[in-house]
Amino acid sequence: MIAEIGHFALIAAFVLAAVQMSFPLYGAHRGDIGLMDLAKTTALAQFALVLLSFAALVNAFVTSDFSVLNVIQNSHSDKPLLYKISGAWGNHEGSLLLWVLILTLFGAMVASFGRNLPPQLRARTLAIQGMIAFGFIAFMLFTSNPFERVLVPPANGQGLNPLLQDPGLAFHPPFLYFGYVGLSISFSFAVAALIEGKVDAAWARWVRPWTLAAWCGLSVGIGLGSWWAYYELGWGGFWFWDPVENASFIPWLFATALLHSAIVVEKRDALKSWTILLAILAFSMSLLGTFLVRSGVLTSVHAFATDPERGVFILLLLVIAIGGSLTLFAIRAPSLQPGGLFRPISREGGLLLNNLFLSVAALTVLLGTLYPLFLDVLEAGKVSVGPPYFNATFGPLMVPILAAMVVGPLLSWKRGDILSALSTLWFAGTVALAAIAITLIYSGVDGILPAIGVGAAAWIIIGSCMELAERVKLFQSSAADTWRRLRQTPRSVYGMTIAHLGVGVLLAGVIGTTAFKTESVQNMKIGQSVAVSNYTFTLDNVVSLQGPNYVAERAVFVITEGDSLIASVNAERRRYPVEQDMTTEAGIHTTWLADLYAVIGEGSRSAGWTTRLYKNPLTPWIWFGTIIMAIGGLVSLSDRRLRIGAPSNSRKKAVSSRPIPAGAQ
Amino acid sequence: MRSRKRQRLWLVSLAVILLGGAAALAVTAFEENIVFFRSPSDIAEGKAEIGRLIRIGGLVEEGSVKRTAGSSEISFSLTDGGASVPVIYNGILPDLFREAQGVVAQGRLQTDGSFLAVEVLAKHDESYMPPEVAEALKKSGYWQENNAEEGMKGHTK
Repeated sequence: MIAEIGHFALIAAFVLAAVQMSFPLYGAHRGDIGLMDLAKTTALAQFALVLLSFAALVNAFVTSDFSVLNVIQNSHSDKPLLYKISGAWGNHEGSLLLWVLILTLFGAMVASFGRNLPPQLRARTLAIQGMIAFGFIAFMLFTSNPFERVLVPPANGQGLNPLLQDPGLAFHPPFLYFGYVGLSISFSFAVAALIEGKVDAAWARWVRPWTLAAWCGLSVGIGLGSWWAYYELGWGGFWFWDPVENASFIPWLFATALLHSAIVVEKRDALKSWTILLAILAFSMSLLGTFLVRSGVLTSVHAFATDPERGVFILLLLVIAIGGSLTLFAIRAPSLQPGGLFRPISREGGLLLNNLFLSVAALTVLLGTLYPLFLDVLEAGKVSVGPPYFNATFGPLMVPILAAMVVGPLLSWKRGDILSALSTLWFAGTVALAAIAITLIYSGVDGILPAIGVGAAAWIIIGSCMELAERVKLFQSSAADTWRRLRQTPRSVYGMTIAHLGVGVLLAGVIGTTAFKTESVQNMKIGQSVAVSNYTFTLDNVVSLQGPNYVAERAVFVITEGDSLIASVNAERRRYPVEQDMTTEAGIHTTWLADLYAVIGEGSRSAGWTTRLYKNPLTPWIWFGTIIMAIGGLVSLSDRRLRIGAPSNSRKKAVSSRPIPAGAQ
Repeated sequence: MRSRKRQRLWLVSLAVILLGGAAALAVTAFEENIVFFRSPSDIAEGKAEIGRLIRIGGLVEEGSVKRTAGSSEISFSLTDGGASVPVIYNGILPDLFREAQGVVAQGRLQTDGSFLAVEVLAKHDESYMPPEVAEALKKSGYWQENNAEEGMKGHTK
């Protein structure tokens, strides 16, 4: 019964989406306030209905209702509660419902917080949201109904893929989708602005918080996925340039570019059509990612469905959304008012450089991801494109942007003075060059790229702090004056500094892990020791143990450095009898500077076990960096000027050309 | 409006230079780093280059998996029914590596005809058959109905 309520709520949401995508759009055209306000009501009601539907699905999973096909295929009564709940979105149908839930959540937020939006813009934005919801709910109802029943319920379910039974992965999809789907708001705003034919500073200020929120979610989601791959797959790496990883990374790159270009629109009224294009591209890449992952054209752990009918349906959605929005862009963009002029060396120039490099880098990742598909379609042979391609293209493209991201904020708008900016950063520059030289001479690492990476990390971390110090005149002015400046600095500036710092920390972690790791593969018997860099791993014991729904073989490694005991870590191989599947749990001891990482393979007491041991320098910094970046985003989001629904304050008037209607609420 | 034209000019030239550079970078990277997929039959026919990173796929031949005592080295043969290639791998095999199961190995062909794998991939699903392997099996006529069924089922989880 509850499953039917969920199904019915979804159908009702579908009907509401149809209303939301049509009448408000017409109302905005005619200037009919009543029809325009309809969008607000439908957006809120739609969210309530999809939430009800989602709750019904989670309920089916929690109560192990094996008359629902989806529950049979993805759950088992023995499963811990957390994985019963996360099992609801650990499959094709359920993950789509989560996708739509977050989509309608964003719609409801625009409806309720967007009180200071002009009614036309809000109606049109919500109408576009309605179209997206319409497409995806249709996709679910016609090809992927999560509430499908079976006539004869089996006694128990088939269980959930054990790889997905993990806390990191339980929360990975909600965050990732928050980012993916959050970009739909920027997209809807962009399309609405194209319909109106008007983009101005106020528009940019409305779009930025949504993009920022989506960007934070996407960053955390990608970070969680990477963290999971690191400890669960047991390969000692954090990023494999897998098509599915790329599918989330490409939208992230475009979203990052969009965040930065929206600043130029807000402050200088320039780069307007470019920003609109980025908003369209960022969400298009989310859709493309959804298509790649969901259609099964690329095989991976994530490819739940390999049903061609579903692939065609999503492809159709993709063509309509991307094709339609780009066509509209081609027609309307030339008529947008050109904005303020600026010189190449200026704040705008710096942000533009950021945009160009991020977009081009995203395109090379896209090319590498799709290339095997192209060749396959052309019957030109089966190939795979691995990490070497991405490292060889993405790496060099990141160097200029990493170098410039410290200088950019020091340049003034319109026309900047690069020499004065560089002279401010003399200390960071000296440290960076010294770091490069030391790495080249002492580390014995091949190639210049790792050394440049080390230098860039130092440059960004120190440079970002120096930029803030310069802004508040630290040590150049009295302490009281510095304090006053610190308090007056807007939160968005702190957000930028924190996020840029995070990039530096992340970069240090990435370089440390990829270029300086020590790996050792061998056979070990109990009591044997192996030296990994300056640490010694001793296989202390291997024991069997019983988990809630698995049996495990646990290896206990004792790690020592010289004579002192560092830690003892447990590496496990788990066997899940219901799913007939095995998983690996790496044993990790983390210091602030390195991860000591152990994995156990097959073996026995007499023959010994195959073990893989790593020292991964600075790996924890990858996660710290990601968290710092997301915190930076949140701090910026809390800026008064961007806060959702905050009343306009005096600072807005200087840049806003559009009157902000006060009577919208 | 001369300055607006000039601004547009340098914007466009910058974008063109960057795209050109990236395209050149991508093309070179593709030439050096693309990993081709070969079947054991291809290798028997001498279609695969020695020493270049390639992927081979097939079924793990039954009874061919040998572990050297006291070492982490493993050898096994991959077959597509037509031909078989001896594979040597040093490390931890994927959790679902089993005899008669389809796997993909990435590595280099040695001059003695053996394949030194740096990575062995078996997908995390019992019924899953890597599409490359399925195709290689079909080509060599080794494809069986029960395989076909399993291949179709693909990733249901």
